Amino acid sequence: MRIALVGQPNCGKSTIFNSVAGYKAITSNFPGKTVTYTVSKMTFQGKTSEIVDLPGTYSLTSFDLAELEARKYLLREKIDVVINVIDASLLGRGLELTLQLLELNLPTVICLNMIDEAEGKGIIIEDSELSRILGVPVVRTIALKGQGLDQLFKTVLEMGSNPIFGKHLTFSKDVEQVIQELIEQLENNNFSKKFNVPLRFLAIKLLENDQYFIGEVRKKNFEFIKMVKAGQQKLEECRARTSDVVISSERHHLSMDIYETVVTITKPRMELKSYLDNIFMHPVLGYISLIAILYLFFNFVFYLGNLLEEPLLGFFYQFLPLIEEKLGHNLLLFNIVSGIIQGIAGGIAIVLPYLFPFLLGLAFLEDVGYLPRIAFLMDTFLHRIGLHGKAIIPLILGYGCTVPAVMATRILESERDRLIASILTTMIPCAARITIIFGLVAFYLGPKAALFVYILNIIVVAISGKILSQMMPEITPGMIMEIPSYHIPSPKVLLAKVWLRMKEFIVIAWPLLIIGSIALSLLKYWKLEYFINELISPVTLLLGLPIAVGVTLIFGILRKELSMIMLVQALGVTDISLVMNAAQIMTFTIFVLFYVPCAATIAVLIREIGGEKTVFTVLFTFLIALILATATRLVYYVFL
Amino acid sequence: MIVNLADVKPGSKVKVARIRGGLGIRQRLSCLGIHPGDFLRVQASGIMQGPILVSIHGNKIALGRGVASNVLVEVD
Repeated sequence: MRIALVGQPNCGKSTIFNSVAGYKAITSNFPGKTVTYTVSKMTFQGKTSEIVDLPGTYSLTSFDLAELEARKYLLREKIDVVINVIDASLLGRGLELTLQLLELNLPTVICLNMIDEAEGKGIIIEDSELSRILGVPVVRTIALKGQGLDQLFKTVLEMGSNPIFGKHLTFSKDVEQVIQELIEQLENNNFSKKFNVPLRFLAIKLLENDQYFIGEVRKKNFEFIKMVKAGQQKLEECRARTSDVVISSERHHLSMDIYETVVTITKPRMELKSYLDNIFMHPVLGYISLIAILYLFFNFVFYLGNLLEEPLLGFFYQFLPLIEEKLGHNLLLFNIVSGIIQGIAGGIAIVLPYLFPFLLGLAFLEDVGYLPRIAFLMDTFLHRIGLHGKAIIPLILGYGCTVPAVMATRILESERDRLIASILTTMIPCAARITIIFGLVAFYLGPKAALFVYILNIIVVAISGKILSQMMPEITPGMIMEIPSYHIPSPKVLLAKVWLRMKEFIVIAWPLLIIGSIALSLLKYWKLEYFINELISPVTLLLGLPIAVGVTLIFGILRKELSMIMLVQALGVTDISLVMNAAQIMTFTIFVLFYVPCAATIAVLIREIGGEKTVFTVLFTFLIALILATATRLVYYVFL
Repeated sequence: MIVNLADVKPGSKVKVARIRGGLGIRQRLSCLGIHPGDFLRVQASGIMQGPILVSIHGNKIALGRGVASNVLVEVD
């Protein structure tokens, strides 16, 4: 049996999915984080089914890529039961999607989620009445607390063996007449055989002027478009509005009617969180609190990471002299063993101490719902570089990992905005590069220097944004974004999310790190690294770095954190400050920060923006890295 | 009196009269629950040409200034 979770953005689909599938889909409190669907097996009461978490979609009219993905899946795949998840506190709006889903003639269960949130807002829903009107079962849940989920899946399983199709609710008489006429014409022209969607759904989409279906119909029967146009014109004549507005207002009124029938409004509970935005979105206090929050965040990561890095490094490196004594310095075996130890140590002592607190902090901000507030505050600044507020979300996620951040650019509407945001995202220091900033700059040059690197990075990203939008002049469509209410994150979900993201490092990056470490040991043993370093020497010489650094830059393209961990090994010392001065450490960091995205990012860029633009991105970032690192060297030379 | 939403003072409650612009903006706004005839409250207005925050049907929505200037509303 295949179950699909469908609902508007941020209604809790992924939370429900994770609670039955194990934590596999990233959940956060901002609309549109699920950009592609996730499939998993689930077992409930001894029966195994397949469950699909679809991207949130406001309606079945397509406009952004994530919504298109959800709709394509619904129309193409065979689905046994649809769970329509509705944020109960936004029932009126959620019903607009429900009405369209019911037109698809799929067995549907309505899941009224966040029922506690709704009651806090004073919205009391009579679910039996709702079930009677729609003709499908309705289950109340609080997914975040796991309440009602057993009942939900019990209902879904029953539905699977004994499907119930909901009612098609009808619009006003005059509009309904136009729809019925078009359905008849579709039938007469054999459209039920040409499309595998119900004709009522198709007729409404055509009247709504949905470009996808109009295109499909045109391909199959060019002449038929005339009938569609005639229908649209009739609607326009009845209401003196464009046909898409007629249909969407009809749907809106129908939803509001149902809403008013099933809902009793009581006095909302006064909660602290309803006042928070008076500060966090205030034109002045908002910015002050933004800076304060980021400052605290930065300090939290630095403090915790620093606390752990030194003792951990000391612990691992005490083994090296011991092994050297036992095995002798020149043996091949010693080189391999020390490579392994350095690889393991690099992972545990340098990367994890910063990665964990960073990802924890980011997950907290995501789940509380702070990111859309940042988007609101930053909108005016992003307009200056030719983007709009929502573009800040992929950029912030970029501080975690560039790969999901590039995918998150799908929440942007225009292709040009997605391209610019993708390129800028690759320049944001991801967690791997953050460990470099912390492990090198903060560790050897102090936290102020690290903060400087961050600020410089933001300035460079802003200037690059300006340059890119000058190269691609086009007006950004402007921000239209839902601001979700705040949620208190559940510690379990936070840790699950941090774990999901860290697992990626532990399973993929760490083995690579150890292999890389061994490879470097062997290269050194056979004196091969010399050739690679020679090859890269034009760059290292230009930047005034030790020649031995060259090989780490190559490894850095595989995984960014490799370039720092390899640095220790390439230079043959544990204390980098012995062989590199402040200027060199800074120059190295600046270069590594910007140059060429890592292999995984390049792969995702090719998929999202295409090969040609990926090559451009690689060259663009390399050029910026070279210019800035050279400038850093000069500044140190002249002033410091 | 009909004015555009970008010029409304924070704190006022207004009725949506008309949405200017193409199919794209109309559909996006309608998906978020903003239709002609609906009442909304302007909650905040960003400084330096920043976005407008409105609340409608118990939900908060941020609109960039360009978008807001295409939403025409009735004020008393």
